[in-house]
Amino acid sequence: MNSVEIKSLGLSFGAVNVLRDLDLEIREGEFLVLLGASGCGKSTLLNCIAGLLDVTAGQIFIKGRNVTWEEPSDRGIGMVFQSYALYPQMTVEGNMGFGLRNAGMPRAEVQARVAKAADTLQLEPLLHRKPAALSGGQRQRVAIGRALVRDVDVFLFDEPLSNLDAKLRAELRVEIKRLHQQLANTMIYVTHDQVEAMTLADRIAVMRGGAIQQLASPGEIYNSPRNKYVADFIGSPAMNFLDGVLVEGRFRAGDWVVPLDGYAFRGLAPNGPAWLGVRPEHVTTGDAARTAPISAEVRAEIVEPMGADTLVWTTLAGQSFRARVDGQAQVEVGDALTIGFDLTRASMFDKETEDRL
Amino acid sequence: MVEAVFDGPHGPKPRRRFSRRNIFLYGTLILVACYYALPLYVMVVTSLKGMPEIRMGNIFAPPVEITFQPWVKAWAEACTGINCDGLSRGFWNSVQILVPSVLLSIAIASVNGYALANWRFRGSEVFFTILIIGAFIPYQVMLYPIVILLRELGLYGSIWGLVLVHTIFGMPILTLLFRNYFTSLPDELFKAARVDGAGFWGIYLRIMVPMSLPIFVVAIILQVTGIWNDFLFGVIYTKPDQYPMTVQLNNIVNSVQGVKEYNVNMAATLLTGLVPLVIYFVSGKLFVRGIAAGAVKG
Repeated sequence: MNSVEIKSLGLSFGAVNVLRDLDLEIREGEFLVLLGASGCGKSTLLNCIAGLLDVTAGQIFIKGRNVTWEEPSDRGIGMVFQSYALYPQMTVEGNMGFGLRNAGMPRAEVQARVAKAADTLQLEPLLHRKPAALSGGQRQRVAIGRALVRDVDVFLFDEPLSNLDAKLRAELRVEIKRLHQQLANTMIYVTHDQVEAMTLADRIAVMRGGAIQQLASPGEIYNSPRNKYVADFIGSPAMNFLDGVLVEGRFRAGDWVVPLDGYAFRGLAPNGPAWLGVRPEHVTTGDAARTAPISAEVRAEIVEPMGADTLVWTTLAGQSFRARVDGQAQVEVGDALTIGFDLTRASMFDKETEDRL
Repeated sequence: MVEAVFDGPHGPKPRRRFSRRNIFLYGTLILVACYYALPLYVMVVTSLKGMPEIRMGNIFAPPVEITFQPWVKAWAEACTGINCDGLSRGFWNSVQILVPSVLLSIAIASVNGYALANWRFRGSEVFFTILIIGAFIPYQVMLYPIVILLRELGLYGSIWGLVLVHTIFGMPILTLLFRNYFTSLPDELFKAARVDGAGFWGIYLRIMVPMSLPIFVVAIILQVTGIWNDFLFGVIYTKPDQYPMTVQLNNIVNSVQGVKEYNVNMAATLLTGLVPLVIYFVSGKLFVRGIAAGAVKG
């Protein structure tokens, strides 16, 4: 059974269409990440599911129940916000129990549920503190606890880690993943951070301009992005795109011509302008490059050492091309390099439609 | 330990106490402070003198013989018309007008502001604009229509009529004040409360109001001083028995019969001004306290 089902959802503010005819089905217990740059409508979609925004078209089902017109509190959802949104005048205990008390639950049961959630999130020593006396990570745990106590079907996360520093973000990311494994609830998670998306998600929905570009598992999104936008958005450093032309099974960029034997086209191999996309981490150097199906001689122009690996900027076929090499490799500016890659791991996109070929 | 030897400027930059900038700055401040403090000084000094001393004409001289008789007379004995019980009657009238007006206007305006900020409804912006325009309509235009309104309501000449007038006239500016404050509170807090199942009043009373002490203090200061200092509405919409303190002060100071008792007048004026003054002193600290601390970010 689907936990959340969205049918031709639309939302417009006056003449501006933020979401248009959007369909989405989320399975029971699934961790779905809505990923996209700011302004792509991912938070708006989440707010629609939560009932904090009134939709202008379509339907929303949660656990098979049509909740399109229901109040947020009646939808069986819990929500965690980017800014934590803790009630400053209440203690941690008060914050977590607020929803339950609103629902008229007996005091003893409220306390029991809060204690259980506090145990899960290791918040017991903080129960009587006010939010002002907590660190950022603790505050976000309280915010998660507030959703947890309500025993909801679906958790909604609106960029919950964006306000934290990098180290804490990594810690809480793992904690959220652990929580999901433990609870096995459906979770919908909005973020612009691809690392969060890749690590947490069962499936990722990459959004742009109020529409879902690709909905697939992290592996599929990474390995065979459906269009150039998705390919460019996922992966850091970003994918290399070589501008060229497809002519009878060969890709030509300037004088550089490669046969496309290893590449699995979605249909028939077309002719015409196209992009060849290669991820920097799929580019090999040295001996491995010489035996690779496609190889070329290039010159290192900029070297960016990052510790674990080093990013080398070169020029291939007159276009900028990056290669990620081992961090221990000794590469100096001006060095001649042999680079190589395998077309089975590359992507081809139509120049016009930017769709995967 | 070896002490490092530097050439040229090093360490904290030396500050001169009597720089030209400081002399100019503090000189101006002292001058302006004197300009404002002098009238108050004259009033206090005069109110503590007897009439013979005042007639000598040295208004800046401190009292030779300090007497509190003028204060007693101003409070309990000064005559307006046939009543000779001083300002005390006006004081209690003013309190009776002030308390319900302040409470009522702030209660209504804060709910208005909250609704306009968080529960946008169709036409709420238009409604808000109309309300704001209300702040710019001169009172004089509405004086007579309100007389008729109050008469029809049977409230003309009573304290409750005046309370109603103060409440209505406080509405535009107070609503604006509260709306802008509630708009500045993080939107996600409101959303979180909705997800937690709190309704219109639940969010208002349990989330918004506890976070809004500073703006309530501002509103109280605004309303207490405004209503306490009001003269126009008091003299028009009440009868002599219910005249507020300001009207009574005027009647004492401007009486044309008998000797002008400057010391009593000064004491009466100071007494009337005491309430707003106390409000300022008491509320000053509450102003600056950050109440929303810990709600968001970190």
